[in-house]
Amino acid sequence: MVELSSNFLFTAFILYLVGILFFGGAIKDKRHADKKAGPNRWAKIGIIITIAGFVSQLIFFILRWIASGHAPVSNLFEFTTFFGMSLVGAFIFIYFMYKTPLLGLFTLPIAALIIAYGSMFPRDVTPLIPALQSYWLHIHVTTTAIGQSILAVSFAAGLIYLVKSVDQQKRTKSNIWLEVVLFGLVSTLGFVFVSSYFAATDYSVNFNYINKDGQPDTEKYSLPALVGPYQYEMTDQSRFEPLFKTPAIISARKLNTVIWSIGAGIVLYGFLRLILRKRVAAAIQPWTKNINLDLVDEIGYRSVLIGFPVFTLGGLIFAMIWAQIAWTRFWGWDPKEVWALITWLFYAAFLHLRLSKGWHGQKSAWLAVIGFIIIMFNLVAVNLVIAGLHSYAGS
Amino acid sequence: MKEVKCECGHVNPQGTILCESCGRLLEDNEKEKQLIDMRYEGSARRSQTYNKTIIDKIWNFFSSVKVGVSLIIILLIASSLGTIFPQEMYIPPLLPASEYYGEKYGWLGKLYYDLGFHNLYSSWWYLILIAALGISLVIASLDRVVPLYRSLKNQRVKRHESFLKRQRMFHVSDAELPEEASAKIKAKLAKKRYKLREEDGDLLAEKNRFSRWGPYVNHLGLIIFLIGGMLRFVPGMYVDEILWLRDGETKSIPGTEGRYYLKNNQFIFEVYDKDKDEKVFKDAISKVGTVVKNYQTNATLYERQGDIIPGETPKLEKVRDQSIQVNKPLKIDGYALYQVDYKLGEMSKMAFKLENKQTKEQFGDLVVDLYDPKMSYDLGKGYKVEVMSYFPDFEFNEDGEPATKSRVPNNPAFIFNMITPDKPDGEVSFVAIRQNLEPLGENDYKMTFAGIETKNVTALTVRKDYTLWIIGLGGLIFMIGVVQGAYWNHRRLWIRRINGQIWTAAHTNKNWYGLKRELDEVFADSGIDAPKDQEAEDKKE
Ligand code: HEM
Repeated sequence: MVELSSNFLFTAFILYLVGILFFGGAIKDKRHADKKAGPNRWAKIGIIITIAGFVSQLIFFILRWIASGHAPVSNLFEFTTFFGMSLVGAFIFIYFMYKTPLLGLFTLPIAALIIAYGSMFPRDVTPLIPALQSYWLHIHVTTTAIGQSILAVSFAAGLIYLVKSVDQQKRTKSNIWLEVVLFGLVSTLGFVFVSSYFAATDYSVNFNYINKDGQPDTEKYSLPALVGPYQYEMTDQSRFEPLFKTPAIISARKLNTVIWSIGAGIVLYGFLRLILRKRVAAAIQPWTKNINLDLVDEIGYRSVLIGFPVFTLGGLIFAMIWAQIAWTRFWGWDPKEVWALITWLFYAAFLHLRLSKGWHGQKSAWLAVIGFIIIMFNLVAVNLVIAGLHSYAGS
Repeated sequence: MKEVKCECGHVNPQGTILCESCGRLLEDNEKEKQLIDMRYEGSARRSQTYNKTIIDKIWNFFSSVKVGVSLIIILLIASSLGTIFPQEMYIPPLLPASEYYGEKYGWLGKLYYDLGFHNLYSSWWYLILIAALGISLVIASLDRVVPLYRSLKNQRVKRHESFLKRQRMFHVSDAELPEEASAKIKAKLAKKRYKLREEDGDLLAEKNRFSRWGPYVNHLGLIIFLIGGMLRFVPGMYVDEILWLRDGETKSIPGTEGRYYLKNNQFIFEVYDKDKDEKVFKDAISKVGTVVKNYQTNATLYERQGDIIPGETPKLEKVRDQSIQVNKPLKIDGYALYQVDYKLGEMSKMAFKLENKQTKEQFGDLVVDLYDPKMSYDLGKGYKVEVMSYFPDFEFNEDGEPATKSRVPNNPAFIFNMITPDKPDGEVSFVAIRQNLEPLGENDYKMTFAGIETKNVTALTVRKDYTLWIIGLGGLIFMIGVVQGAYWNHRRLWIRRINGQIWTAAHTNKNWYGLKRELDEVFADSGIDAPKDQEAEDKKE
């Protein structure tokens, strides 16, 4: 059943990619892109394919739930793919409010990237430790992911806004930062490529080393080691010898993965620049030609407005209820909790700035981008680097 | 209080921008602007009106959204600092914090500790930040809610031209609005749940006014939440104790003043078994090793009968049997007992034999209860063992003498006096795990170790929290408020007949696009145009 469910996930992923092509077609089709007449045929097919992908991923989710006996949101792979699915769901929902294929052209690649990223983590069905055996946990995690994904739509809208409105004629702070954001997306893609390649070739290299508690330990890398652990000794002789060693408190394996991702990102990005012969944002700018900036701004704001209450409910209120039952206190200043609070405070600031200081347009778009970075930080860095009680951590 | 009189005769409080009655502009410097600020309907706010005394200044400071947002951002950044390294409560208890941070994270860790960031969330300055946010919430809300109430309540159908003209959505049509078309518009508006008011053929259509209260409701929820958090510091509102119970042991539940007792019948610890549990978990379990499946205390709850009489064993009446698991606390009378910790295989009994070293002959068994050893054990026939000293958690102290670290039998040691028919004064022997010393010279007899019994120990946290209700209520009110403010918006449409023209203007507090779409539908084939977005036109020029 788990095997079968994975096929549905894969199908969903492919359908999302096809959906991107159709939304691209919808924009290129000059006859009625984003005009009053409503979405053209390309866009209509695009949204149908997207919905088919969403349904397919929903089947994956249900089958895996049946197979494991608990909602599949209990490890990084499951949570991240669920987040990707919610993002597609949020997009479908907002698409029917505003009928803008361009939003699909930006949201679907982000969702596909998130799903691909999540699939790089161990995909085994994991049993639940006692603290996680609570339906409140599942309610909390799913609601949070849905809230975050609606907020993420504002990131997509913000990106569209910036790509269209940031002046690409001359070099400015804005377009450098915009390239940095796009580079982040490209690096994630780089990570996916590199991990998939070495996973397909069954690469591994093992070390004996001294861990952060001063104890001998072993570590297994699935990427060639550029950095080795503290006082390491490589146990596979034929492998590439690391160039550096890390101090004991840094996880060398994770640092190694980060270096590979950025490296692959630089290669990919460099390659893109070479064929495009201009900034990446400048290259996608023509796609946004026909969109109305006010509309994009409004979509960004509305998605924050819709997502904020959902996130509050899942990420803070349900989280507190669960924490009270499982950990005896509703709040414990665990890093994951603190970052949920930070996310919440950030979007509260967003709403106030917009309402009272009139931060519309580009300012608002940048805030949406920063908000998404905070969400991703909580998902990726806090789980992998800071890691508190929330026991997804580790892999 | 100074007052401002409008041309229409209405007397407004000082600071009012738009007349509360007819909507005429009162402030001269507002007249230059093309669009008016409609946020509080142009009514007077305390913070905009007074700025003399120190109280005015404090009020104005906290009522400013700029200050509010700054507080939120400072709090956000401060909070993130506390996640760089673990907080003190999460560090392993092996080293004191003063050494731990420096040792583990180098000079940065030391700095972190010196700045007090290891206890950031209970530091005085963090609490002050939260308090300031709370004050700001209260003052900013009070400052706005009254004027907003006044103006939303005092809405006129006929608004002055200067009011209509300065609305963001505005249009003048040089056309007639025949009765038929007008009725159609009204029907469409009613269908979209607008409430209609008419005066001499002029129209005000309004809906979702309640959503304007959303922010005030959610701020009220937050304030209640913060008050709930503060009450935690009031004695009696909050109990947080820990209860260690060995298998078979009964103890009074701390914090209940001797009213309730709990017996631990058995503590259960289970791990997933890759062969016995569901097959889908097999791969994950083989990769990770052990994964814990269950922590459980099978407990019996008792209630004491009668008063406490010192020195007397209390009379207990069983309330119920219940198993306590993680995520499944036992609840009684406002108290909750949570499974939080455990210890497997704590030594509970030790068995010895008295043995003649030469003949290897043994004389009887003695089983020492490590929680409560007897003074002496009579083995019959003149053989007897006296316990001279007992060290449950044995160590040599700084003076090199035997001592005990705690009362928990982690490393039990004894000084026995062995009395036998041939040595009636006894021989002294020191016995600890894998040690057998004869401090007072060579003995003829010794105590040989004959096994141990162990017990599991469970640890339960005892909580009583009377603030939870308030905090929950605050959360609920907050949710109602955000949803109210976010999922509905307040929309208004004015239609006036002025000098043979039709003036239309519309306002919403958010979601202009939605309003535009709605109005386009309402005015479709009515002969007059829907109000147009003046701001969007501004931009194009
Ligand atoms: C973490 C704390 C806070 C949260 C979660 C919060 C939440 C909100 C929300 C959701 C809105 C509605 C925004 C919208 O509809 O776009 C709002 C409005 C508002 N907030 Fe807050 N707020 C917080 C703190 C503050 C503070 C400290 C101030 C003090 C200046 C403040 C002043 C206001 C004002 C003036 C409004 C607009 C009210 C209106 O439109 O009538 N808020 N707040």
